[in-house]
Amino acid sequence: MKREPPQSIADYGPLFFPAGMLLIFFVVPFGTMIAVSFFQRQEGGFYTPAFVFSNYERFLSAFFGGVLGFSLMLAVTVAICCVVLALPFTYLLSRLSRRLQVIWLVGLLSVLSLSEVIIGFAWSTLLSRTAGLSNLFVKIGLLDQPVALFPSFGAVLTGMVYQALPYTILVLYPAIVRLDPTLMEAARTLGSSPIRAFFNVLVPALRNTIMATLIMVFIFALGSYLLPQILGRPQHWTLSVLITDQAIYQSNMPFAAAMAVFLVLVTLGLVALTLLIGRKGEKA
Amino acid sequence: MISWLKRFYFLIIGLFLSLPLIVVAGVSVNAKQTLAFPPQGFSLSWYGEIFANPEWRSALIASVVLATTSAALAVLIALPLSWFLWRRIAPWANIFQVLGIAPFTLPPVITALGLLTFWATTGFYGQPWTAVIGHAIFFVTLPLVTLSLGFSAIDRSFVEAAATMGANDRTIFRTVVLPLILPYLVSGYAFAFVLSLNEYIVAYMTVGFTLETLPIKIFNALRYGYTPTMASVTILFVITAAVIFSLVAKFGDLPKLLGAMASDEP
Repeated sequence: MKREPPQSIADYGPLFFPAGMLLIFFVVPFGTMIAVSFFQRQEGGFYTPAFVFSNYERFLSAFFGGVLGFSLMLAVTVAICCVVLALPFTYLLSRLSRRLQVIWLVGLLSVLSLSEVIIGFAWSTLLSRTAGLSNLFVKIGLLDQPVALFPSFGAVLTGMVYQALPYTILVLYPAIVRLDPTLMEAARTLGSSPIRAFFNVLVPALRNTIMATLIMVFIFALGSYLLPQILGRPQHWTLSVLITDQAIYQSNMPFAAAMAVFLVLVTLGLVALTLLIGRKGEKA
Repeated sequence: MISWLKRFYFLIIGLFLSLPLIVVAGVSVNAKQTLAFPPQGFSLSWYGEIFANPEWRSALIASVVLATTSAALAVLIALPLSWFLWRRIAPWANIFQVLGIAPFTLPPVITALGLLTFWATTGFYGQPWTAVIGHAIFFVTLPLVTLSLGFSAIDRSFVEAAATMGANDRTIFRTVVLPLILPYLVSGYAFAFVLSLNEYIVAYMTVGFTLETLPIKIFNALRYGYTPTMASVTILFVITAAVIFSLVAKFGDLPKLLGAMASDEP
């Protein structure tokens, strides 16, 4: 049985259900959202079909500019921290025995699958006054009395790095496993120390992978929604929080939809950039 | 020196990833309703509370039912699609593969808001079954990715042999293809199940006011202060995920599923 183009309508049969589901429950909702972003909001939470740009104009205010700027800055910081931590780790992981690799992978997947609520709760416990790290600092004499380390920017950043680190490692993992091991061996034979070889051989060889990973982690971090609320103050809230707040609590669907469309455009732009980098990498 | 540095780095990352969970595990066995670490006294009663307290129990049941059904629906969408893409030459049909992966790539709030506007427009907003469809669409990526890997690993000469012997598509699918991709099917289901169990924002935006899943319940409880049941539920979730992924690793090839090469690689 060779692969062949579909001959009759019946050959398309298997496609009907998946295509229908994806069109009805992903493409149509997505279109609805875009349409609503141009609708006119009525007092009391309703909206009427229209074609206005007023929902997009609201971005131009200093407040939303500030939130957008903060969201992007936070996501960039998370992406950089994660890649810096994950790169040496993933390399070391790929050198481990297969058995140990599998154990680490199971652990990483388990942390990755944790709900943001759970990560937020776990970190808020670890940073709390009564059960947290500061008690340990008191014991070893670094602090006089236990303090709460959240809400703060540091707590939001730590929580988000925690959430995104397993993701970063798993994105880097295939590329690093497939890397030609003779590269590093050659560097070592020529007398470079492992750390020098890492920075002078491995990092340049993975340049495109690193850029693509940074962008993917950035998008992942943009989606963080609960951590800024649980571990931060209102000034640490991100665009995702604001979208939900407008949709659910302010009942301003058109404005929420406009922000979501904007977020999609930012994300798609970055995905396009990732693909471009990937293509350049293939040529090189 | 270097091997010492290596071990230290593994230790630091391991501690970073496990420390919050260790503290939560400690907190979950406190004898009284206090947020204290190291725990004061020892009691497993907060684990019993998940099943004994009607509110937590119904949240647990809601989450398990949602995860079981939505992961099944995700597999039902992914299986015929990836089979079709493997069996036929139809480049334009790849668009559906892209559509299947898109919701997972975009920030989740976008899928959530899209579904919210859709259900509000069609008048089904708040119906519990809408969350099943929402999660199935959101997580269809996972079985799609594992199944495409599974199909690409099938040696087509098996299938050709079966066809030469006179087997039709249906028989070939049942007797040759299905047994070969079953591990990928099961791991796709497992990934979708675990992630659905933990998902917050899509469930919250679509059915948040009518159906309380465990993540929603934890967040609502968190707003009103602290109860140790949150800690015990957290540990229950971590253990569930670890057990499921260990099973996937035992019966499948985890490094290969995650994109590394086949197991004959070092």
